[in-house]
This record gives sequence, C-alpha cells and structure tokens, in this order.
Amino acid sequence: MSLLDQPSSSSLSGGGTTRGQAWGLVGLLAAAVMAWLVFAVWPDWLNAILISKKAFVSAILNGITLAGLYFLVASGFTLIFGLMRNVNLAHGSLYLLGAYIGYEVTNRTGYWLLGVAAGFAVLAIVGVVMQVFVFRRLEGDDLRQTLVSIGISIVAADLMLAVWAGGTYQITTPEWLDGALTLPIITAVRSNGVSVFLTYPLYRVVVLAAAIVIGVGLWLMLHKTRVGMMIRAGVDDRAMLQASGVNVHAVFAIVFAVGAGLAGFAGVVGGSALSVAPGEDVRYLLASLVVVIVGGMGSITGAAIGALLIGLAEQIGLVYFPTYGIVLTFVIMVVTLAVRPQGIMGKAR
Amino acid sequence: MSLAITTNVTPQQNWLERLGAGHIILAVALMLYPLVASDFFLTQIGGYSLIFGMLGLSLMLLAGYGGMVSLAQITVAGISAYAIAILGNNNSNILGFGWPWWLAVPFAVLAAALASALIGWVSVRTEGIYTIMITLAIATATYYFAQQNYAIFNGHSGYTGIRAPAFWGIGWRDARPFYYLCLGLAVLSYAAVLYGSRSTFGMTLQAIRDNPRRMRALGYHVTAHKVFAWLLAGVIAGLAGVLLVWFNGRVSPGTIGVDAAIDVLIIAVIGGLRHPIGPFLGAVVVVLMQTFAIDIVGAERFNTLIGMVFLVIVFVSPDGILGLWGRIKPHLAQESLRPGQ
Repeated sequence: MSLLDQPSSSSLSGGGTTRGQAWGLVGLLAAAVMAWLVFAVWPDWLNAILISKKAFVSAILNGITLAGLYFLVASGFTLIFGLMRNVNLAHGSLYLLGAYIGYEVTNRTGYWLLGVAAGFAVLAIVGVVMQVFVFRRLEGDDLRQTLVSIGISIVAADLMLAVWAGGTYQITTPEWLDGALTLPIITAVRSNGVSVFLTYPLYRVVVLAAAIVIGVGLWLMLHKTRVGMMIRAGVDDRAMLQASGVNVHAVFAIVFAVGAGLAGFAGVVGGSALSVAPGEDVRYLLASLVVVIVGGMGSITGAAIGALLIGLAEQIGLVYFPTYGIVLTFVIMVVTLAVRPQGIMGKAR
Repeated sequence: MSLAITTNVTPQQNWLERLGAGHIILAVALMLYPLVASDFFLTQIGGYSLIFGMLGLSLMLLAGYGGMVSLAQITVAGISAYAIAILGNNNSNILGFGWPWWLAVPFAVLAAALASALIGWVSVRTEGIYTIMITLAIATATYYFAQQNYAIFNGHSGYTGIRAPAFWGIGWRDARPFYYLCLGLAVLSYAAVLYGSRSTFGMTLQAIRDNPRRMRALGYHVTAHKVFAWLLAGVIAGLAGVLLVWFNGRVSPGTIGVDAAIDVLIIAVIGGLRHPIGPFLGAVVVVLMQTFAIDIVGAERFNTLIGMVFLVIVFVSPDGILGLWGRIKPHLAQESLRPGQ
C-alpha cells in the first residue's frame, strides 16, 4: 500500500513532486525572500542596488494600496463584463463622478463618511438607470453596447468638465484618519544603534483594509448567497440561467448597481488619497481594462490578482524606472495574452 | 452572406464602367475642389478630412472586413508621426537624425505597419469584444508612455518644427499641393482597400470574420490572415500619420490621446463601416462639425455635442451614414449568444 500512498510522484515531473507542489515551493520561496526583504535590515550592497530600503518598501506598500483601489474599480467592471458581456467603457467616468459627488457632499456637510456613502449610493442609482434605460435596449449586441458606453463617457467627461471645471480637488479626510502609522519594519539603523521604523499614512492602510473587506464581502456574496449563485451561473451560461426561470434583468440591475456603486465608492476613497481631476477617468478605465484582461473576465479573484500585479508594477516602475514605468504594465498584459489569452483566472471560451 | 460591393464585375465591362459613375463624379469634384475653396477650406477641412478619413479607412478595413474593432489606429499613426520627427528634422533638439524625407517616410510607414501587426498579433489571440478592450488599453498605455518618456518621445511637449518636404519645386505644405497630396494618398488607399476586398485575401478575411472555426477547419491560417490585415491597416494608418505630422508640424502625446483614438472610431461609425467610402464621409461630417459647431454650442461643449450625435447614430441608425450594421453585427452579436463554445 505504500506505493498507493504516494500518488503524487509521477514520472512526468522529476524530483518526485507534482507541478502544483513545485509551484507551491516556488511561491513559498518567493514569500520568504519577500519577507526577508521587508523585515530584515538591509546590507549596504542591497541598498546600493535598490536605492534604499525605505524607497523599496514604500513602493511595495504604495503598490498594494493602489491595488486595493484598482480592485474596487475593476471588480465592478469585471462582474458587469462577465455577466452581461457588456464592456462598460464609461466605468472610468463612474469613478470620477463618484469622486466629484463625494467631494461636494463632504464639503457641504463636513462628514467624510456621508460623502463615501453618497458616492456609493448615487452611482449605484446611476448604474441601474444606465442598465435599465440604455443597455437593456441593446441586449445581445455587445458591440453597440460598447459604442454607446464610449458615447456616454465622452458626454459625461465633458459635462463634468462643465460643472467642476479643470481644477484639481482634494477630498478632506476626517481627523481620525489623518496621521501616520509606525510599522514594525526597520528601514535603517542609526549610528547610535537606534532603529528607524517605517511610518506609513494611516489613511492608506484603511483604504487597503476597506478593499480587502469589500473583496471578501463580494466573494461571500458571490459564493454564499442566492443572488451570487445566480450571478455566477449567469457568467457561465446566461441563456441557461434565463431558461431556468430566473429574472435575469433583476440580476443584471443588481450587478450594475453594485459595480457602479463600487466605482463611485472607489472614487471618493481614491479622491481622498490622491486627487480628483479631469483625466482620472481614463486612468482608472485603463487600470480596469488591464486588470480584467490580466485577471480574466467575471472573476473576483482574478480582479484581485490583476489589481495586485498592476498596482505593484505601476509603483515599482515609478520608483525604479520612472520614464519606462508603463512598459511594465504593457509587458504584463502582453505576456498574459500570449500565455493565457483568457486571463489568469478566466475560463476558456 | 453576400459580400458584393457596389459593382458586380463582369469581364465585358470596360474600365470606365467598372469604375462606376459615382466614383468618376466624386473624383472630378474632388479634383476641382481647390478651384472654389479657400486655403482654409482646402487644408483645415479638405486635407484634415482626408487624413482622418484614411485613419477611419484603416479601422474600416479591420472592422468591416475582419470584424476586429480597433481603438489603436491613432496610436499606429502616432508611431509613424513620431518616427518622422525622430528620423527627420525637428526643432526640439532631441534625436532628429536628419534623414531625407524619401528615406524617413518608408521607414516611418514600415514602423507603423510592424507596430500595427504586433498590436494585431496580441489582440487576435482573443475574439470579439475583447479586441476593443485590448486595443484601448494599448492606445491608453502608449499615450501615457509617450507622456512620461523623454528619451524617445520627448515627454509632454513632444516634437515641434517638423516640416513637410519641398521637392520638384513644390512646397508640399502649401495649401493646394498638400490637398492634392492628401487626395492622392487617400484615393490610393481607398482603391487599394476596394480592390483588396475582392481579392483572394479579402474574401478569405471576410469569410474568417463570418465563421472563423469553419475557415480553420478548411485549413486556413486564421491568425496569419488577421495579422496580415492588421499589417495592411497599419500601412494606411502610417501614411495618414505622416500626413498628420506634416499637417500639424508637430506631434505630442495629445495627438495620440484617448480622445483622438475615440474620434477615429466615431468617424468610422458615423460614416459607416460597410464600404470604404464611409470613413471619408464620416470624417467630412465630423471635421465640419468640429469647425462650425463651435459657433453654435461654443468651443467648450463641443464634445457633448459630438458625443450626443454619436449616441443618436448608434441608437437610431446603427448603420451610420452608409448603413454599417448588417455587416459586423451578425459576427459580433453571435459571439455573445454562443455560450461556452
């Protein structure tokens, strides 16, 4: 029986391990190297190569935070695309509109949380309106839906420019989110033996935490609730879902509300961390596109992986090769398409 | 699905009949246009429409015959425009190899065609609506790259002081010669597309658009045909890029921005993707609107107007001016209705 106890040792993969185990080992090794890079005190030669430990760790942390933001925007995009085959190219406009609304509400009421809630709620309504009055009329014609979403994004960008002009806004965060967090990461040791710890804005940590909470929430909604079950079924086979008596239009409206609402939410949250200005819509649209292309359509896990890759690539590129940073994003996209056209977590169609 | 376009060619027809009355009238009108038009109408309306018509044509070639809607045509044109600035002379004191135009132009067009083929190779790995996403991502990323990179693209300001050549005693940036130059290249690309659509390759491409699986089963190399279509579209877009940089005298990231990429799509869709003349019609309409709608709605809200017109066209008459829809709709619409192939 001892032979049967080890079914994993196949002749195909040498060394007595399966492919999965080998990848797991590589992953563990990478995680160990990463952990060492983050927590150890760097020797001088490493500081010389990677500028400084502070720059490196900051880039990683910024990348992960940005990934959280990208995930919030792209998860809605990927759900809408996966379920309705609707490439909503106005998704970046939804982000920007959410940011402007959050700015206005926060400015007038003085409550930041109210601004966040307004950003989500208003955009959720906008999303439902778009789905019911625009996209439902063009159902089954995905090219026309895409063209219409392009038209909407042009008009929306222009109208937002008319209302809020070309200036840059910053949404003020409440006091309890200001300040910095001292992380247990030693960046350097001073000559008198005192360790210098890395400080990081508390707000960004909160953004990341919010993204993780929402990501887990979305996953639970998709995998543990009835609506989620319908959505997953719709991603796999829309016609069959309809045939089994589900009101797909209600499901579509829910997904659009959640997707657009998340874009609006991300707008307020991102507008507080960074800034709100015309042109941001294109930036987040690009991020959503690349995240979905890399992660695979209709997959929340894929969106998380894609967002992490793109966020890290962008921030690391910004620090180490500022004028070629976007090339990294390019490379990630092209390599994904070359190796796995349907995206990392996408299902082959 | 019938693929016949305007004329049914039979051997008995002489060349005049094959050309068709419409084409002859149009050609004469376009040749005589400089006699009545002012310099402004010649270049800002005439030349500009022809350039953007060529860009739309390169998109029409891909979308109409190949079923691949690209948003990266302006990017391809931008590559040849930047190549002209880099290989030839510019005022920006960056690069500028000083090659003569007859050497720079072929290389610029070649670079554009190769870039287009590369974009095509990347995007044809997936099907249907994915193409729009991938090409838009490429166009946007290229725009950001051009903006942040100073070594190659000279960053935000781009290149200025690029002159159209003067040879045979003619300064080709002067209104009339430039118009005829644009007209000549536009007619050449138009005729090439029209001829190519009836060639073996054109027919194969259209068959692939309608049923790629059957064509693959018949032994055709589907990917190679699609990529070659991208290469051809790249040549046309590259030529348009050369004209564009001569026209503007400068090229900057703004030239290849997302707005411009969408403009090309709007032009092609408004005009119609069914026949190569569509993009030129669309270009004339859009350029006229761009020039004169400012008097009606003011310069600031022009995008709202054009966006609305575009929305109305897509909603009410998806066939564009010519009636584009019957062609790519069956292909792309069916993609979404075929669950889990």
